[in-house]
Amino acid sequence: MANTNVAHDPSTNINQNDDKILEIKNLKKHFPVKAGVLQRTKGQIKAVDGINFYIRKGESFGLVGESGCGKSTAGRTITRLYEPTDGTIMFDGHDITKSKERNLFSLRRDMQMVFQDPFSSLNPRKTVGATLIEPMKVHGIQSNTKARREFAQSIMERVGLNPSFINRYPHEFSGGQRQRIGIARALILNPKLIVGDEPVSALDVSIQSQVLNLLNDLQDEFDLTYLFIAHDLSVVKHFSDRIGVMYLGNMAEVAEKNDLYNEPLHPYTQALLSAVPRSHPREQTRERIILKGISRVLQIHRVGVCSIQDVRM
Amino acid sequence: MDQFNQAGKQESITPNNPETLGKHRSMLAIIVTKFFQNKLAVFGLIMLGIIVGAAVFAPLIAPHDPNYQTLIARLHEPSAEYWLGADQLGRDLFSRLLYAGQMSLLVGFAAMASSTIIGASLGAIAGYFGGLIDSIIMRIVDVLISFPNIFLLITLVALFRPSPFWLVVVFGSLGWMGTARLMRGEILSLKRREYVLAARTLGLPKWRIIFNHIMPNAIGPLIVSATLAIGSFIIAESTLSFLGLGISPPTATWGNMLSSAQNLTIFQTAWWYPLFPGLMIFITVLSFNFVGDGLRDALDPRVVEK
Repeated sequence: MANTNVAHDPSTNINQNDDKILEIKNLKKHFPVKAGVLQRTKGQIKAVDGINFYIRKGESFGLVGESGCGKSTAGRTITRLYEPTDGTIMFDGHDITKSKERNLFSLRRDMQMVFQDPFSSLNPRKTVGATLIEPMKVHGIQSNTKARREFAQSIMERVGLNPSFINRYPHEFSGGQRQRIGIARALILNPKLIVGDEPVSALDVSIQSQVLNLLNDLQDEFDLTYLFIAHDLSVVKHFSDRIGVMYLGNMAEVAEKNDLYNEPLHPYTQALLSAVPRSHPREQTRERIILKGISRVLQIHRVGVCSIQDVRM
Repeated sequence: MDQFNQAGKQESITPNNPETLGKHRSMLAIIVTKFFQNKLAVFGLIMLGIIVGAAVFAPLIAPHDPNYQTLIARLHEPSAEYWLGADQLGRDLFSRLLYAGQMSLLVGFAAMASSTIIGASLGAIAGYFGGLIDSIIMRIVDVLISFPNIFLLITLVALFRPSPFWLVVVFGSLGWMGTARLMRGEILSLKRREYVLAARTLGLPKWRIIFNHIMPNAIGPLIVSATLAIGSFIIAESTLSFLGLGISPPTATWGNMLSSAQNLTIFQTAWWYPLFPGLMIFITVLSFNFVGDGLRDALDPRVVEK
């Protein structure tokens, strides 16, 4: 029921493995629920419970779903900020699921993240320059501090920041500018894949489109692949080539963008699309699909174990 | 919600006009400016400057030898000869206060430094690594904190000779638990910030993340607790002196001067003897607290200057 909608995704059969930069198989991330004096594990929150998908080189994959469906957890597990409970993560031909931290060092160069909140994603005590130069120093990019500084300024210019701001602190910037700093930080190591964890949802709508266009331009220029996590369907539609819909820790449906929007197959996808607000009066008569089910939070309190099967429509 | 308000405010404060573009100020300059905008903090700093200066230059300022006894002048009241009066052995109170300042401030500072360094490092390790390390360190903290401090102090000080060095060692090894708890809490909250996650995705080494990204942001509460600690160590020293276990006479400290004045006859006939050492402790502790408060605000980058 929760399987990938293979029939809906014609590319699966055509494309070869070498084309895939990231392949996720049966990925699980469970968090233990502890209770009582001895802090014994009473159950598990199955934040991500067996998802499958892959991303081809150079494409933008959108991961959508409602709050708490596990999409951010999935992103952080893929970048190995969280330890996966089960499953495999294949990145650029290597299995990185169980790699130790010191082996992950080279992976860190190739896979970067842009975070949601531009206010907590930058260290308030570091200037833009320090934020950008530090990773170069650690990874031994450029020979000396002067070259690193110049490179940092060229990246700043590329993301639309005035390079003379290099000595400024994050609190001297606006939200949109800060998000550009976050993007510059992700670009500085010249990665292959960027995981965007709701990179525009904390921004004004006008700034959102600027940042999205910037990300689009950078994709061509730096040969990037995006895993784009969002809850805003219009943003994802604008940005992604293929889309995965997550619901309660499972992948409900994976499809090409146009297929998904024109002909959603999974009932949850249909409900999700019907919930998009319509501006045109003619469209407002469309029926909204209301999901019936118990919320996950309630479920945990009742049985201690959260099971998605019980709450399925 | 708060963050969005803040965003609006900051955007209006720093417009991208070319005038502000060239003017860049270092973090230090910003901190100093913010500190000097706080009147109480500046007052505290001036008081501390006077007190520390007086203690350091005691040999030049003191009108009398602090240990010279003039038995005719026992409990002499404040006069031109004895500015703040004399004690029960006829020693000049003002001179003794100056020299006592040397010892009290030294013990307070050294004990603060050692307990803060121990507490901050252990707390940071416990908070960042979590799990078993965290449990072990925090259970040690629980055990140490559950001992009645005064009995432990008395036992340890009685075992070693009550010299200033051992006093600092004992204070340092018994005073770090509160700092460790404070630091652990700070680290627990900071390590989940997105900029720390970003540092991890960039592959920065653990020590760099702890010392460059987490610690500098936890410095505010740490400084406040450290300044408060100086005061409490000065008072703890006087408690031990009262029991005859602190710095032993004739070396003067504010604490042992105060405790040797704990006597009904002296209270009734020589008010100046307990008053001035007590006042010195009070003013010093208060000034440290003012300075600590000012530093906390100045070091917090989120408090935007007016």
